[in-house]
Amino acid sequence: MPEKTMRDAINEALHQAMEQDESVFVIGEDVAGCNGSAGDVGSVGGVFGVTTGIYNRWPDRCVDTPISESAIVGAAAGAALVGMRPVAEIMFADFIGVCMDQIVNQMAKFRYMFGGKSRCPAVIRFSAGGGFSAAGQHSQAMYQVMTSFPGIKVVVPSNAYDAKGLLLSAIQDDDPVLFFEPKVLYQETAEVPDEMYTIPFGQANFVREGDDVTVVAFGQMVPKAAAAIDALAAEGVSCDLIDPRTTSPLDENAILESVQATGRLVVVDEAPPRCGLTADIAGLAADRAFSSLKAPIKQVCAPHSPTPFSPELEAAYLPDADKITAAIKATLA
Amino acid sequence: MSIPKETLLHAYRTMKTIREFEERVNAEIMNGQIPGFTHLYTGQEANAVGVCAHLDESDTIISTHRGHGHCIAKGADVSGMMKELFGSSEGLCKGKGGSMHVADIDKGILGANGIVAGGPPISVGSALAAKIRKNGKVAVSFSGDGSVNQGTCFEAMNMAVVLQVPAVFVIENNYYSEHTHIDYAVGCDDLKARTEAFGFPVFVADGADFFAVHEAAGKAIAHAREGNGPAGVFAEQGRYHGHFVGDPQAYRGEGELENLRENHDPLKVFREHMAASGDLTEAELDAIDAEVMAEIEQSVMDAKAAARPTPEQVTADVYIQYGATA
Ligand SMILES: Cc1ncc(C[n+]2csc(CCOP(=O)(O)OP(=O)(O)O)c2C)c(N)n1
Ligand SMILES: [Mg+2]
Repeated sequence: MPEKTMRDAINEALHQAMEQDESVFVIGEDVAGCNGSAGDVGSVGGVFGVTTGIYNRWPDRCVDTPISESAIVGAAAGAALVGMRPVAEIMFADFIGVCMDQIVNQMAKFRYMFGGKSRCPAVIRFSAGGGFSAAGQHSQAMYQVMTSFPGIKVVVPSNAYDAKGLLLSAIQDDDPVLFFEPKVLYQETAEVPDEMYTIPFGQANFVREGDDVTVVAFGQMVPKAAAAIDALAAEGVSCDLIDPRTTSPLDENAILESVQATGRLVVVDEAPPRCGLTADIAGLAADRAFSSLKAPIKQVCAPHSPTPFSPELEAAYLPDADKITAAIKATLA
Repeated sequence: MSIPKETLLHAYRTMKTIREFEERVNAEIMNGQIPGFTHLYTGQEANAVGVCAHLDESDTIISTHRGHGHCIAKGADVSGMMKELFGSSEGLCKGKGGSMHVADIDKGILGANGIVAGGPPISVGSALAAKIRKNGKVAVSFSGDGSVNQGTCFEAMNMAVVLQVPAVFVIENNYYSEHTHIDYAVGCDDLKARTEAFGFPVFVADGADFFAVHEAAGKAIAHAREGNGPAGVFAEQGRYHGHFVGDPQAYRGEGELENLRENHDPLKVFREHMAASGDLTEAELDAIDAEVMAEIEQSVMDAKAAARPTPEQVTADVYIQYGATA
């Protein structure tokens, strides 16, 4: 099977969805690029290159916008309400701060408030997370915040294979979907089939299987957790590593069944702890698998602080394999 | 209008400082010494300096992702800025913010800003404080041609008129927002008219010419300071570098960059003015060049030697005080 980067896998999914369905279109800042300039329109393909080549094949369905995040999300929501399948790009997840109303009060609420009589099959893509020394306004995960809002689905791929299958599911989904791409993973490769395939929402992936500890990790923390777990194998420790892939809906059963088998739980996310995913999963296990637990649940996440700029500070801020290893060992102590 | 010699010397020194700071930062990024996302101001020096020449320390500015020039022009410590860009704990923001968040509140620098059009509303708040306190201060927000299409920019401009506050909106048109030209992103043909329709005057200047910006900004700032409500400055001048360091710049036309550097260089234009007026001699300007080069070199040496932050600093300065209050 061919190896592809996560960037190329997402790009391929977009091409295939555009090809298959004329109601799919791409919209955002510089998704084509060079509009109005002396250069060739379409020669940018998004600042991370994820929409490369879309404009060149479907110029009418690759829409560059001014810097206007509220209007981008609103336009996607509106087009979706009347039957299109927009895939909007918001350059950085942090810019949710600018377009929060259109996501949270508008698209997330349509169907419920309209008595189940509307569909809003919009996808909003974001680059997300830390690891670039990009400081407080360009490093946030944000998916943990958005997971708390009923009415939108939230996807966080951790590898190129999942990214393609999850994005194709997102585009076909009739509900609004927020799709968070951990930007440090864009260059990471995996085996990705050329043909179209989908990965259902609410179905976790068992990245590793083991008996002693259940580790649940999200996004860019999945490969870090895998590294920690693989190193611990030499010490005779084996772990389940669960990547939920979608945080809303969440595959609760996969997590609970694993915890019931291992009796130990470590939850890893890059976002700060308060009202976050690690607390959410810990709460789930405490509520529904308490009698299986042999040790306190451990949460590995960023501290209650914005993301710092300096590389040394960011390295200390983000969870890494060492911190995950320490947490796994703590549950075994 | 005659400008005092001290002001001229200071203006040239500041523009040269910004130029050398940026060119050196570019080189250090290429060397892998400066992490993160950095946007260079090279070419637009006259905008920041022409505007800030009318401000004192207690007037405020708020800046953008392309903020080094604004901060230097408003008096930020160059060495502290360089240390910040290098991520040192001795940096102006202790290595917490980096290029996109340089700030010095004591000098009236309310911060560079990573969110396009994040600044104008905050600047209106500073202007409102000046109005309530009746202290004659003004609040300047710098933002780019791309920022004017953001809702926050519209809201800030309208509210500044409604509240009649001394806010000055400086819009720097360098023709591009990332890879998109202003002719595409701004729907109307006349951005000045669109902006004036909010209800305040806009003064236009050639951003390659310190004297033109100085004059336009002088009118706008006087208008605001005298209690006539907000005003705007439009300065048009291209940037010499890509949007960010490493940008392939596919949007540039044939010869565009060469033309900018050759025919629209604020430092050259300034020297031409001086040659014509005789206000400053070439020797005086050359001496400034040499001093600035030495200062920037020193700032890089200091930044490389400066202390690195340690892990326990991650959670410092999230709040002033947190937890149970006494
Ligand atoms: C809300 C928001 N949207 C998008 C971006 C990404 N971005 C950073 S700078 C920029 C272009 C800004 O153009 P302009 O305002 O003209 O300033 P210039 O870069 O030309 O100085 C964009 C789109 C951002 N930082 N914030
Ligand atoms: Mg611009």
